[in-house]
Amino acid sequence: MSSHHNHEPVDPTFGTVAEFDDPDALLSAAHRAHEAGFRHVEAYSPFPIHGMDEALKFDDARLPWATFLGGLGGCAIGFLGLYYTNVVDYPWNVGGRPLFSWPQFLPITYECTILFAALSAFFFQFALNGLPKPYHSIFNTPNFARATQDRFFLLIEKTDPQYDSSETASFLSGLRGVINVSEVEK
Amino acid sequence: MATRTPPNGAQVQTRPTYERFIDNQHTYGTMTDIISEVVLSPRPPMFWFLIIALSFVFVNVFLMAITWLVLRGTGIWGNNIPVGWAWDIINFVWWIGIGHAGTLISAILLLMQQQWRNSINRFAEAMTIFAVVCAGIYPLLHTGRPWVDYWLFPYPNILGMWPQYRSPLCWDVFAVSTYFTVSLLFWFLGLVPDIATLRDRATHPLAKKAYGAAALGWRGAARHWVRYEQATNLLAGLSAPLVLSVHSIVSFDFAVGLVPGWHTTIFPPYFVAGAVFAGFAMVLTFGLPLRAAYGLKDFITIKHIDWMCKIMLATGLIVFYGYILEMFFGMYSGNIYEIALVNNRLFGPYRYFYYALIFCNGLAPQILWSANLRKNIPVVWILTLIIGVGMWLERFVIIPMSLSRDFLPSNWGYYTPTFWDWALFIGTMGLFTFLFFMFIKVLPMINIFEMRDLLLRINHHDHKANGHDDHHDAGVLAPVTVGGGNGVGGNGHATDGKVGS
Repeated sequence: MSSHHNHEPVDPTFGTVAEFDDPDALLSAAHRAHEAGFRHVEAYSPFPIHGMDEALKFDDARLPWATFLGGLGGCAIGFLGLYYTNVVDYPWNVGGRPLFSWPQFLPITYECTILFAALSAFFFQFALNGLPKPYHSIFNTPNFARATQDRFFLLIEKTDPQYDSSETASFLSGLRGVINVSEVEK
Repeated sequence: MATRTPPNGAQVQTRPTYERFIDNQHTYGTMTDIISEVVLSPRPPMFWFLIIALSFVFVNVFLMAITWLVLRGTGIWGNNIPVGWAWDIINFVWWIGIGHAGTLISAILLLMQQQWRNSINRFAEAMTIFAVVCAGIYPLLHTGRPWVDYWLFPYPNILGMWPQYRSPLCWDVFAVSTYFTVSLLFWFLGLVPDIATLRDRATHPLAKKAYGAAALGWRGAARHWVRYEQATNLLAGLSAPLVLSVHSIVSFDFAVGLVPGWHTTIFPPYFVAGAVFAGFAMVLTFGLPLRAAYGLKDFITIKHIDWMCKIMLATGLIVFYGYILEMFFGMYSGNIYEIALVNNRLFGPYRYFYYALIFCNGLAPQILWSANLRKNIPVVWILTLIIGVGMWLERFVIIPMSLSRDFLPSNWGYYTPTFWDWALFIGTMGLFTFLFFMFIKVLPMINIFEMRDLLLRINHHDHKANGHDDHHDAGVLAPVTVGGGNGVGGNGHATDGKVGS
């Protein structure tokens, strides 16, 4: 179509997508796809489906760790900040209390811990998920607007070593509860 | 299970509706239709315009009150010596307490796997954010020179000074700003999948673009959902201790002081319980009219109201216990100042406020022991207003009553609010209402994706219960059920049918 693609033929296929109207059907379809040897599989649903991480063999604990480390960092920043400001840099005698009155530092240390942990959880969630991402090929799927409402989709990407346009489509068509199967372009 | 009904299936009555968290035969589609219709319908209902217009008047009162305050200083308020803390601090504590129910519903009930919260958490969280906005304005203005409020934060400055962190007032800065930030993050995180729903349903090109940008490209991928749920649970786990710490720190403002009536160890737990009590009351004050006005009775059911009333009863009893224990502490301390304070509360110049407090927060909520009254919507609504007043009176009793009669009789004074105290307080109410109704116009007030999840759980549960549609456990989802019993005494169909529609 366009002139700058003239070196090699461009395959516009992104993958093949099956549509379901039931979360249980999607879950069993994801299991079936994995059993059939497909590895580049993704499921799309309007709400989280429990057991889907197992079906897709997806396990990632980086977010909890990032949150934990964020909290630890917040704790350190809070406490050391209080120590520096109220003991080292501006030692002010308040009613003869010791300068390093650490129990008085705990409430703010606690709040800083929570603040930094929460910021980490929030921003790492989006970062690890690769969001914001305004355009994604899956949006080309027919009826995909209903993926955020009441339909469930299973994608097998073209990058999957086992992908074959017609065979993958017939595999997906044979799944229980499937409504529609379509090949999606990038 | 997945029987289709027309989008507004409110008239289709196929099961007994008592004891259910989603009434009628809803599907993922019908729920999405009804909830997003509130936002996407081109013309909001008349009452929405009326409320927005009325509250906008009070937003202007609020702005005028602030302008005059900045021009003339805090002398326009009734604050004096010895009553240096008055409505500004009362209203700060009152508003921030109201916010706490939202966090309790969104975080603590989530961690306890109380899925019934799914239909009320969104607007309760919005109320949290707007209540904290209203609360935060007060101490910022009370500093007297709000244009240098940034001095509250530690930043390297040419004055060569740092804030003194041995004071609870400086802890407040961190507690309230952390609370606001975390509540906002949690709220936005919960909104992203629903904003994606609105993006996919909006027809107006501008709405499509706006929701499209705010949805950040959310596409509901399973791997995203896994991390999304991790983040939700982590934020819930962080918010739960946060909400307890915020009101504890607010109570330290008093408990660390030596003023009679303030220096007690019971303050943190009793402040937190009072906050939840007031917050649930406010959620019902707004929620009851909304569910009727927007046809959301299928999602915010009689059972929700019943359970929220039980939480109000429980927290109300803790608060009442706090009042009794304060009296006991005062008398038992043997300290003449504390004993004088007890006398002052019972027989002093402000005694009627104290009696009103005991009526509003101690006696009136006892009607919630009756299962029938918990399901009687007008009664519950009036009670929530009484509780709102009662919690305000509690802060009045604690703050000006103690300050006006401290240690030296030559120091004693009296406090009366001025016009500008009233203007600012009513102004914040206007601001709160205005923000809240703007919110329900642009964002879904019920969490749609969590409602779909709730529906799936109900369907699975019904399936397991052999499909006996009118089986008693049809609506029970949570492993722990408050109150436990089903369908006994007054929980009959007739009650629900009569009151709920």
